Amino acid sequence: MRPRYLIPFFYILFLMLPIYWLVAMSFKTTNEILGGFSLFPQRFTLENYREIFTNPTWYWGYINSIIYVSLNTVISVAVALPAAYAFSRYRFLGDKHLFFWLLTNRMAPAAVFALPFFQLYSAIGLFDTHIAVALAHCLFNIPLAVWILEGFMSGVPKELDETAYVDGYSFPRFFTSIFLPTIKAGVGVAAFFCFMFSWVELLLAKTLTAVEAKPIAATMTRTASSAGYELGLLAAAGTLTIIPGAIVIYFVRNYIAKGFALGRV
Amino acid sequence: MKTENQKAWFFVLPVLILVAFNALVPLMTVVNYSVQETFGNNQFFWEGLGWFEQILRSERFHASLGRQFFFTFMILIIEVPLGIAIALAMPRRGFWVPVCLVLMALPMLIPWNVVGSMWNIFTLPRIGLLGYFLNDVLGIHYDMTQQPVAAWITIIVMDVWHWTSLVVLLCYAGLVSIPDAYYQAAKIDGASNWKVFRYIQLPKMKTVLTIAILLRFMDSFNIYTEPFVLTGGGPGNSTTLLSIDLVKIALGQFDLGPAAAMSLIYFAITLFVSWLFYTLMTKDDQE
Repeated sequence: MRPRYLIPFFYILFLMLPIYWLVAMSFKTTNEILGGFSLFPQRFTLENYREIFTNPTWYWGYINSIIYVSLNTVISVAVALPAAYAFSRYRFLGDKHLFFWLLTNRMAPAAVFALPFFQLYSAIGLFDTHIAVALAHCLFNIPLAVWILEGFMSGVPKELDETAYVDGYSFPRFFTSIFLPTIKAGVGVAAFFCFMFSWVELLLAKTLTAVEAKPIAATMTRTASSAGYELGLLAAAGTLTIIPGAIVIYFVRNYIAKGFALGRV
Repeated sequence: MKTENQKAWFFVLPVLILVAFNALVPLMTVVNYSVQETFGNNQFFWEGLGWFEQILRSERFHASLGRQFFFTFMILIIEVPLGIAIALAMPRRGFWVPVCLVLMALPMLIPWNVVGSMWNIFTLPRIGLLGYFLNDVLGIHYDMTQQPVAAWITIIVMDVWHWTSLVVLLCYAGLVSIPDAYYQAAKIDGASNWKVFRYIQLPKMKTVLTIAILLRFMDSFNIYTEPFVLTGGGPGNSTTLLSIDLVKIALGQFDLGPAAAMSLIYFAITLFVSWLFYTLMTKDDQE
């Protein structure tokens, strides 16, 4: 092993330490956590996980999150596909301004929108529903999906489209049976990043829900403040939220940089 | 190259409607509040630019804006050089590449409130791994609920932990796109490591590095959840960043006017940096 590999090695070690601590904590009993320091769980317990999987307040948090995140991913990618195609293939009035305006929404601070979002979604009677959070997250996920997909589509030569038209394909048939399969990696990456950014967001999801659609993140913060020192439970809930990302990340490993850079790498 | 076609607007329309609904309606609400005074009961009075003047002159705003810039500045000067160094040291091919990529990306995929909770658990005195190590093994008094300096160091280290990988992954993507022939040519010319970095690697990383810096600037400027969960803005107001302060005013005190004026000033700064980002990006597309 070359000595320079020590740099990424120690960096990854640094990244893994807090994660290890969270996971280790989730297997400890409350007594052990408060009783003193131990590097490994002394009395290994699954009690914290059992609590989460049997208590509806907890497991409904996960179900709610998964519902609105999935809804959001489907909506974002579905509407972003034609738009990204338009941006990558055509010039039209105001295209550059529109593309820029989309970006500003990806960059907008969620805190600015928290209160008006609450009022808007209350006014149209969607407060505390899954669709409200799914629509609200479109604010930053649609721009993200459009930018990522546009990046992938611009890499496909225009000759593909022209050949298809010469061969007598109609636009819808060309788009679904030729174009989509060509950029399926891009669709996967866009979907992954929409899923991820909706999954990690808390402020808007918390503002727009109360009971019925309360996300896991909100359940966690409320537990943290109300129940005091339920650290083991909190750690178990946290560990479970890492799993979806950890599973899917392997499949998009070659596109992580592209996705985070809005398709511009 | 691209053909002119106004019908493309129909393709963009669904996106336009959805994003406009989410962006313009709330934005207009904010604009509305920012120029009016309310005493409840849904009665509003014209206030003009009074709130803006008040906010721009208020020491509280100056303080949180100052803390915000300090935070953003600190994480940039740590994350960017560190990210470049790690990207340069990473293996370019072989079994360990995907392992590194996946492990490094992991922190970025963790929900932001969990990042806060995780660091809270990690740094608790006596209970947390880091807190125990500093207090009981090294004998350094460390308690971020009491010491502003400790709280600051913790949120900066947390952000470095959370987002340095973004810089690493982007720089790495730039580095692997350099053909081997460049390195061979440099070797024949007898170029030093520094010269290889300065004249081959750095120019190739220029674009990705610009993206990384601007993204890190924007996202750290908008940061809310992680420091809110970790320190709640405390001790005192010492780690109250711009977003935290804004949410305190808007949802905590329900001072709609000042909160709205502050939102618009905040948004204007964000807009300016987005414009910078866009200009640099499109300039590159044309080259």
